Amino acid sequence: MRTPMRYLTQRIAKILIWIAALSTISVMIMILLQVLQEGIPALHPGFFLDSPRDMGREGGILSTIVGMAALTLLAVIVATPLGVGTAIFLREYTRESRVSRVIRFGTDCLAGVPSIIFGLFGFVFFVIYLKMGWSIASGGLTVAAMILPTIISTTEEAIKGIPHSYREVSYSLGGTRWQTVIHAILPNALPGIFTGIILSVGRSIGETAAVILTAGSSLLMPTSLFSPSRTMSVHFYILAREGISMEMAYGTGAALILLVLLINTVANGLLNRYVRHRT
Amino acid sequence: MAYTNKIAIQDFSVSYSSEEALRKISLEILPNEIFVLFGPARSGKTTLLKSLNRLRDLIPGTRHTGSILIDGQDIYDAKLDLYQLRRRIGIVFDLPTPLPLSIFDNISYGPRLRGVYDKQRLKEIVEKSLRSAVLWDEVKDRLHTSALRLSGGQQQRLCIARVLALEPEVLLLDEPCSGLDPISTASIEESLRLLKKEYTIILVPHNIQQGSRVADRAGFLLNGDLVEVGTAYQIFTKPQNKKTEDYVTGKFG
Repeated sequence: MRTPMRYLTQRIAKILIWIAALSTISVMIMILLQVLQEGIPALHPGFFLDSPRDMGREGGILSTIVGMAALTLLAVIVATPLGVGTAIFLREYTRESRVSRVIRFGTDCLAGVPSIIFGLFGFVFFVIYLKMGWSIASGGLTVAAMILPTIISTTEEAIKGIPHSYREVSYSLGGTRWQTVIHAILPNALPGIFTGIILSVGRSIGETAAVILTAGSSLLMPTSLFSPSRTMSVHFYILAREGISMEMAYGTGAALILLVLLINTVANGLLNRYVRHRT
Repeated sequence: MAYTNKIAIQDFSVSYSSEEALRKISLEILPNEIFVLFGPARSGKTTLLKSLNRLRDLIPGTRHTGSILIDGQDIYDAKLDLYQLRRRIGIVFDLPTPLPLSIFDNISYGPRLRGVYDKQRLKEIVEKSLRSAVLWDEVKDRLHTSALRLSGGQQQRLCIARVLALEPEVLLLDEPCSGLDPISTASIEESLRLLKKEYTIILVPHNIQQGSRVADRAGFLLNGDLVEVGTAYQIFTKPQNKKTEDYVTGKFG
């Protein structure tokens, strides 16, 4: 029989858990609603198709979209092979040893470093020392270093989740270590790796502090990897911080949120299709 | 010098970090026989099988002494091509282990690793292997669907076919029928009798009855010691050793 006391505890726990879940969701919804409510009036085709004029008071945000896309793409293209390679090294090419522990400790530390420190590093190393200037290249490489730990750890988790039997089967059929990685490990780790990339894209799109220090804040349309550029987040920050135009700032914010939602939806769709296709 | 045996195991011992898994095993396996290796759980059967194609190398912290010769060649020789050895000595594990690929891609996995890419040639290999494993008729119309959708018995025959696609010389079967129904078991045993013509087979049966049904010769392994080896008739009806007799008659196990 249920005692009244236990019944009461049960009820209270249930209420507390509901409150926790509901407050999380409502904070999210409030942010979304506020940004969209303030920002949507600014969203019209011209907003996406024109570049900013008069410091961003007029015109659209096209050059910031292009800058952000180029910077994010560069960061992901650089960080993915490095991160996936490191994870494969840690999981498949070494046994637990001092070396692997040091590498893992290093990546964990990297994950905990505040982004402004990455920005400072990028500024000193890429912008000044390598003379790359404020550019998409400097920004992209800096962000690549920032997202590396995420890609390493999600890939490692994905590889850890692969049944040991897949390895054993591949080796027993005469596979070399490399062949086993390529044919038995990577295809099955792909969904996890993909999740890591999506998280990284989100982080890269939202990054402001490190990017403003390395890619600069030029509103001109970038023409090469070595052009300085202002990304959407940086644009949003400058518009709001310097009181240039709250209306345009919210418009940029709303566009940013919609873009992230779009990327996540498309990515999830692709991922589900891949997983369904294989099972 | 001609070798009449296919495999010669000499004074072979294996230890995992602290415990001994196999002690001074000496055993000869003849060509084209079904040798049944049986004994209770944790007696070292799997360790011995995985030593024969050096899959045990993947387990950290194991050491061995003694030698294993296949066709007179030491498999632990540093000059030996490890990947070729594993193709010559195929293994089927106790649980079906299809890779999350299509039936066709599972079977052609080994040949593709070896560098066979010709579509027509792969098709031939896949068909031949599936026929030998008595699975062809059941799957010939859906070779490109996922192997994970097959039943347990079909998956296990798929694993046998996948090994046959390597055209190995020796087949190692580690309780290939555990978890299978009697009908699937019967069809696997049937295919073993056919396969014996071309291959040397070492089978760890999932019970003694299966061992006595298919064995030519048999060996009883207990706690890492090879207690007794003999013909199937002798081992299963007139064992010389008291421990073998107790195990075969079900006094322990």
